[in-house]
Amino acid sequence: MADLTIRNLKKSFEDIDIIKGIDLDIKDHEFVVFVGPSGCGKSTLLRLIAGLEEVSSGTIHLDDRDITDVAPAKRDLAMVFQTYALYPHMTVRKNMSFALELAGADKAEINRKVDEAAQILELGHLLDRKPKALSGGQRQRVAIGRSIVRHPKIFLFDEPLSNLDAALRVQMRLELARLHHELKATMIYVTHDQVEAMTLADKVVVLNGGHIEQVGSPLELYHHPVNAFVAGFIGTPKMAFLKGKVEKADRAGVTVKLDCGPEYQLPLDGSRLKAGESVTFGMRPEHIEVTAADASPFKVTLDVTEHLGADTFCYVKAQNGETLTVRAGGDYAGRFGEQVGLTPDLAHCHLFDEKGRAVPKPGAPAKAA
Amino acid sequence: MSISTVQDGVSAVSAPGPTTVKADRQLHNRVGLLTVSPSVLALLVWMIVPLAMTIYFSLIRYNLLYPGDNEFVGLENYYFFLTDEGFVHGALNTLWLVGATLLISVVAGVLIAVLVDTPFWGRGIVRVMLISPFFIMPTVSALVWKNLLLHPVSGVFAAVWNFFGATPVDWFAEYPLQAIILIVSWQWVPFAVLLLMTAMQSLDQEQKEAARLDGAGPIAIFWHITLPHLTRPIAVVVMIETIFLLSIFAEIFTTTGGGPGYETTNLAYLIYSQALLQFDVGMASAGGLVAVVIANIAAFILIRMIGKNLTEKA
Repeated sequence: MADLTIRNLKKSFEDIDIIKGIDLDIKDHEFVVFVGPSGCGKSTLLRLIAGLEEVSSGTIHLDDRDITDVAPAKRDLAMVFQTYALYPHMTVRKNMSFALELAGADKAEINRKVDEAAQILELGHLLDRKPKALSGGQRQRVAIGRSIVRHPKIFLFDEPLSNLDAALRVQMRLELARLHHELKATMIYVTHDQVEAMTLADKVVVLNGGHIEQVGSPLELYHHPVNAFVAGFIGTPKMAFLKGKVEKADRAGVTVKLDCGPEYQLPLDGSRLKAGESVTFGMRPEHIEVTAADASPFKVTLDVTEHLGADTFCYVKAQNGETLTVRAGGDYAGRFGEQVGLTPDLAHCHLFDEKGRAVPKPGAPAKAA
Repeated sequence: MSISTVQDGVSAVSAPGPTTVKADRQLHNRVGLLTVSPSVLALLVWMIVPLAMTIYFSLIRYNLLYPGDNEFVGLENYYFFLTDEGFVHGALNTLWLVGATLLISVVAGVLIAVLVDTPFWGRGIVRVMLISPFFIMPTVSALVWKNLLLHPVSGVFAAVWNFFGATPVDWFAEYPLQAIILIVSWQWVPFAVLLLMTAMQSLDQEQKEAARLDGAGPIAIFWHITLPHLTRPIAVVVMIETIFLLSIFAEIFTTTGGGPGYETTNLAYLIYSQALLQFDVGMASAGGLVAVVIANIAAFILIRMIGKNLTEKA
């Protein structure tokens, strides 16, 4: 079992609040990803869980044990660092067995556990090398191996892939997913890369400014962001935000007049909105269709187009100067400065009130409240 | 350099390939050789002339008290220097002085460097003060130690001894070599601290954190993480200090003058006394060359022992 329960956790460094009260439950076998912009406190939160920083207030429980003030080594956790933090003067085998030796395990058992971990990670032929003779990906695997031998209840990862090149990152991402499956382990993973968050996580925790903005599965965050921050953070390219005013709102739908021209009827529960209220209209690049200029009331000017092969991302400018990104087909050939029309898929569009909270879809759980 | 140029020339002739590139490189090498040679020559002369003169002096009878009596005596000077009563003392004292000071400065240096690595109020000032003895002239510090600290009547140590009712120790009479080692260590510990302190700053904090998570306490972290990290700077400290400690002179000259007897005479001081107290330049030159040989042996052993540690890539 490895259920982690965090209650009202706060951390401040010399009067600066980094973590401002966090409640979080992590269930056994879950792969939880903390994601957020730099400085949001995600690494600090992980370090608090690891015990590398002292908690200012609040509690952390692992299963039924209060580990808030327990020494890091006694928490039954293992951590993989961003820089791997391998011991440079020790061989791979020694690196992996260090914790067990300190704990006074007997030699045969240490060897068995190290060999087992080396086999899982395909490190068998590297055991006698020193870290400097390894490639980035191999060092990463050794760092993970060092955690595995300890059979911890929870694995902690602090941006483990950010020092690898793009191709290796994809490969290691897959290996981590495989490892999670094989070890049936509970993992907490910190990253600023939302692609890693989306692909690896069972549960994503979006942090911003020391708060949790939203907790949910990747698709939940994608389809039902509770506020404009989460909506803008999850998904690449970023969701486009356009300013507008509510024309008419009731339980069955909302009519919005955008500042850049068009007026849309959205299938949202507008019972909390009033006519005349300023709102932000959000739509993802993949939910917009590019049409001829006269086929749509929403007319924009093409700026730069990026051809990625499968897709083309068009950066367009609305008549009032607002910019947004649109995904078109791979063969789309738009010219710079060309006038085109846009047709959003209204079923997938989002509306955020003045405070940035999402206007709920009918039937969707109203988490924003 | 010249060998590689010749080889390049040969291959340039024999290879039918892109000769222009080879020729280009050959020209490049020659220009390099040409521009570098004046400084190399100057250094060579700088080194060769004194060495040649010393060798020449060591082979003739050359005593300042008997000018003009400069006949060739072969290796007689060497024989007399090596069989001189002072030589064995000088060699052993040199060994003691270097060994003890190295041990003290490395051990104390490591401990102090680790200690001042943890943040505390006023750390900057403490660091500067720790390093400052290194910037005091050897003569001055030796005099300060002799007259203000170790003096059996007016010294600070004597005052402390008196305070506790003990009889003050006459350091330079009773423990002369130890007193010199104390003074020299006081000067060279700061050097070790300086080097090791900066090395501590490059220790990866995440490694320490990883070790903490692995269950290592402060002592285990020191043995398994900090000390291995410091092996290279320690090697540097040992090499550099050995070179300087072999030629300690001012501290001995200002305090004990090599005595009592030969008790604080090291090789450098012995050579000085041969040349300028006994006016035997020939024998002093022979001693100087013996010292050069000894220093080279020490350097060779050190480089074999430690140099590998330095050239290895991080």
